[in-house]
Amino acid sequence: MSTLSLTSAFTLLLKRDLTLAYRRRSEMVNPLLFFVLVTAMFPLGIGNDPKLIQAVGPGVVWVAALLAALLSLDAMFRADYEDGSLEQFMLSAHPVSILVLAKVLAHWMVTGLPLFIAAPLLAMMLNIPNEAIPTLMLTLVLGTPVLSLIGSVGVALTVGLRRGGVILSLLVLPLFVPVLIFATDAVNSAGAGMPTPAQFYILTAMLVGSLVLAPPATAASLRISLS
Amino acid sequence: MTTSQSDTARTAQFEARGLECIRDDRMLFENLSFKVNPGEALVLEGRNGSGKTSLLRILCGIRLPESGDLCWDGVDIFKLGPEFREHIAYLGHKDGHKPDLTPLENLRIAQGLGKAKSGIILEEALDQVGLYGFEDVPTRNMSAGQQRRLAIARLLVTDAKLWILDEPFTSLDRKGIEQMERLFENHLEQGGMAAMTTHHRVGFRDDVKLVRINLSER
Repeated sequence: MSTLSLTSAFTLLLKRDLTLAYRRRSEMVNPLLFFVLVTAMFPLGIGNDPKLIQAVGPGVVWVAALLAALLSLDAMFRADYEDGSLEQFMLSAHPVSILVLAKVLAHWMVTGLPLFIAAPLLAMMLNIPNEAIPTLMLTLVLGTPVLSLIGSVGVALTVGLRRGGVILSLLVLPLFVPVLIFATDAVNSAGAGMPTPAQFYILTAMLVGSLVLAPPATAASLRISLS
Repeated sequence: MTTSQSDTARTAQFEARGLECIRDDRMLFENLSFKVNPGEALVLEGRNGSGKTSLLRILCGIRLPESGDLCWDGVDIFKLGPEFREHIAYLGHKDGHKPDLTPLENLRIAQGLGKAKSGIILEEALDQVGLYGFEDVPTRNMSAGQQRRLAIARLLVTDAKLWILDEPFTSLDRKGIEQMERLFENHLEQGGMAAMTTHHRVGFRDDVKLVRINLSER
């Protein structure tokens, strides 16, 4: 199989998933709506102490992003499993891990990217200092793809189960925790005027690591779920 | 079990040796061997639950047999991986297309996932299964029979040599079944192969070589 047709299979699948998401727009906005609502409700619940809101801000944004990602994960392979498209992927003439990568990228573009775009607005609402906002954006752009990648392994393992939702959360949430810790720490440090390269190196390492390891793991998990 | 009449000394294009399948602690079949050569069709018969679908899933590599080997051109299919998969097209119980996409979009994806047949126009494939004029209708709005036809059209757009068909005639009308049988015959005539299960009596021409296996009588 030539690299040319592999690239075209990748773009074809990416386009397919984006088209499908576009045709089901109402489902697509769910994670974003969840993200915005949770972060908007927090200041109302905490009260009008700007210092306190500022202190919990980065954590709130990241926990909401994490839960929004979890909420949207199950949809990554569920529909394809139910209508038989997943079998067709597994029987494709291309390496399954590359196709998985296309699906994860599409998932991130539909769920992670909107969070990234909405984040500065929510950061201002949570009184996060202006100098920390670029840092928050950067942690989101490095961290949310990791969530989609790690999540894809969990979804692939649970897609064959009738009620995979609970197991999925138990499976992937612990793996999300390092991302949460380093991302919020980076934003807090930036807000306090401290340097943050260390956290970024670790987040980048997580992204690279999951980019390399997650697709083959997901492909293997899908094979187990289907057999 | 009737074995193929072909020359057994030559390596067969597709060969199974000593396949065994256990499902829920029940032995579905064991020591199952057969050969399929270009132009031949493997027809699986047997009661419900006798393991026809399991066998087809084993043949395309989705499911692993408990023991036994499957060889394509003499090489183990698990060693070949994608190189084997470019030679097969699978039509399962589920049609395997997206209801939110149009037939044309669905075929384009099927073509991209496999090894595209050169010179095939997607509209032509739709025409061959009797879906001319339905190119841009959302697939979800089509009837079950039409959706099955679309799934069969998928077989026509790639270069797959071995068609693995699980009850391909489900929800087709009588004329549709005849039409599809002609398509399958054509494929066999051009040196293709097929492995299929069906409850319908296979109405292929007499000169089509069938390898029949009855899983309930073994």
